[in-house]
Amino acid sequence: MPDKTINGVTVSTDDDGFLQDHSPWNKDMAATIAEEEGITLTDAHWKVLDYILADFAEKGAVPGMRRLNKVGGIPTKELYSLFPGGPIKKAAKIAGLPKPASCV
Amino acid sequence: MKNLLILGAGTAGTIMANHLRKKMNRSEWKITIVDKEGDHYYQPGFLFMPFRIYSEADVVKPKRKFVGGGVDYLEADVDRIEADANQVHLKNGNTLAYDVLIVATGTTPVPEETEGMTGPDWRKRVHEFYTFEGAKALANTLDDWQGGRLVMHICEMPIKCPVAPLEFVFLADSWLRERGLRDKTELVYATPLSGAFTKPVASKILSGLLEEKQIEVVNDFNISHVDNEDHKIVSWDEREVPYDLLVTVPTNMGDPMIERSGLGDELNFVPTDKHTLQSKAHENIFVIGDATDAPTSKAGSVAHFEAEVLTENILAFTQGKPLPEKFDGHANCFIESGNEKAFLLDFNYELEPVPGKFPVPGIGPMSLLGESKLNHMGKMAFRWIYWNVLLPGHPIPMVGHRMTLSGKKLPEGVKAPQPLV
Ligand SMILES: Cc1cc2nc3c(=O)[nH]c(=O)nc-3n(C[C@H](O)[C@H](O)[C@H](O)COP(=O)(O)OP(=O)(O)OC[C@H]3O[C@@H](n4cnc5c(N)ncnc54)[C@H](O)[C@@H]3O)c2cc1C
Repeated sequence: MPDKTINGVTVSTDDDGFLQDHSPWNKDMAATIAEEEGITLTDAHWKVLDYILADFAEKGAVPGMRRLNKVGGIPTKELYSLFPGGPIKKAAKIAGLPKPASCV
Repeated sequence: MKNLLILGAGTAGTIMANHLRKKMNRSEWKITIVDKEGDHYYQPGFLFMPFRIYSEADVVKPKRKFVGGGVDYLEADVDRIEADANQVHLKNGNTLAYDVLIVATGTTPVPEETEGMTGPDWRKRVHEFYTFEGAKALANTLDDWQGGRLVMHICEMPIKCPVAPLEFVFLADSWLRERGLRDKTELVYATPLSGAFTKPVASKILSGLLEEKQIEVVNDFNISHVDNEDHKIVSWDEREVPYDLLVTVPTNMGDPMIERSGLGDELNFVPTDKHTLQSKAHENIFVIGDATDAPTSKAGSVAHFEAEVLTENILAFTQGKPLPEKFDGHANCFIESGNEKAFLLDFNYELEPVPGKFPVPGIGPMSLLGESKLNHMGKMAFRWIYWNVLLPGHPIPMVGHRMTLSGKKLPEGVKAPQPLV
């Protein structure tokens, strides 16, 4: 597994740059990962990230777009403007969570 | 007398009724199965109807015929489950009390979930083959096809039979060739996934096949709406895919009854223990087949394997014993690849589909993740097996509910799963 240093902390990541282990993750680290993705985190981003983190703690899985929309109250359009490209993948990466499993 | 109630007489509910009527003490337990529709559809056959390989008569039979003696069959629409009172309300105003409940209400496509999907193009230029009506309508449209852009599209995951859209484009490719229309048709595959399939090893092989057949792939396409005026689908990140004929798989959801009962997730699937099949919220409610949120394929083969596990667990539960059996997520799917050939996938929660031989290790005769005529014959024979072996609840020789590793070749980098204890 490739190791990577973020804000002076060495973390192991998978081939796509997702953290293998959430424990070293913190908000500053999130900001650095976000910069690498070309995103400057605002309160609106944190609303999404906080929801994803809480949901992951409860369910053990990164929530999908529909869940963020229907349960988390975050419109899909807004997700795309906050995390352009692949919102769920990007948000999960910034939140230090595993790459979302594509559904079976 | 105690009541065991099964909601849904589709693949899973019917198999469960037939297992339990043979195994439960019927002087103590009354078994009732409820379904809102009189007809049982062999859903895998819907894939073949658009190409007129199967006729309507090949895929429909009366539901009641498949539920054996000793089970009360009730044709009624379930309005909601009142779990705290252990009862089910029917739309006709009646209620049914239960001691043990099995939810087997499956999943259906809901095109209304996507803006514009059921607009003016619906059932004209926009079709689906996940329902009997849809497969029939698409067959009529294909009869008149003279070429253009044919787009196969998936709205969002999970969907039942996740390989069916791939099978559709492969079959379309050979069907078009036979009719001399392949040169006049652009075939496009638009999917919300980053690859052709959900699992890496199979995805790579299937991507190769799409390329070989010159099918254009549009990945990571999350649909925002259907534009009926310009005949195109538009994604949330504003990409556009024009179509002359769109064959879509609409959002798949559990029955609205699950939502009315407060038992579902955001797609009306019931949160279920993936090993024991007990509902997470109520210990006397069990869930099987497409209605669960278990992270394996929504497929008839899965329902069949789950039924073996659930039968043992229900028998133990009714005797106050701990649940003995564990489901490993085993799925076994044929993939039609056109020209009368097919692939076969065998996998579970822990192990993705890998190459090998099936069901006899080293011999087969069927090959896993390899294309063969024999696999195709297996798929076509399955219709008979479905009606005559699977639904009545007879065991299928050599294919157990636990996936086996023997006969499988694990590619480099794929880890062998730990056996379930
Ligand atoms: C095009 C297509 C191709 C497929 N190909 C394959 C394949 O090759 N191999 C494979 O293994 N699987 C395949 N499948 C999937 C397979 O058909 C399903 O996974 C399987 O039928 C699931 O069984 P089930 O009992 O959970 O749901 P279903 O068989 O759908 O049954 C659910 C039942 O519940 C009833 N019901 C729902 N709500 C209510 C209510 N409120 N009140 C009363 N009754 C209700 C419905 O009427 C229905 O009879 C395919 C499916 C499709 C659509």
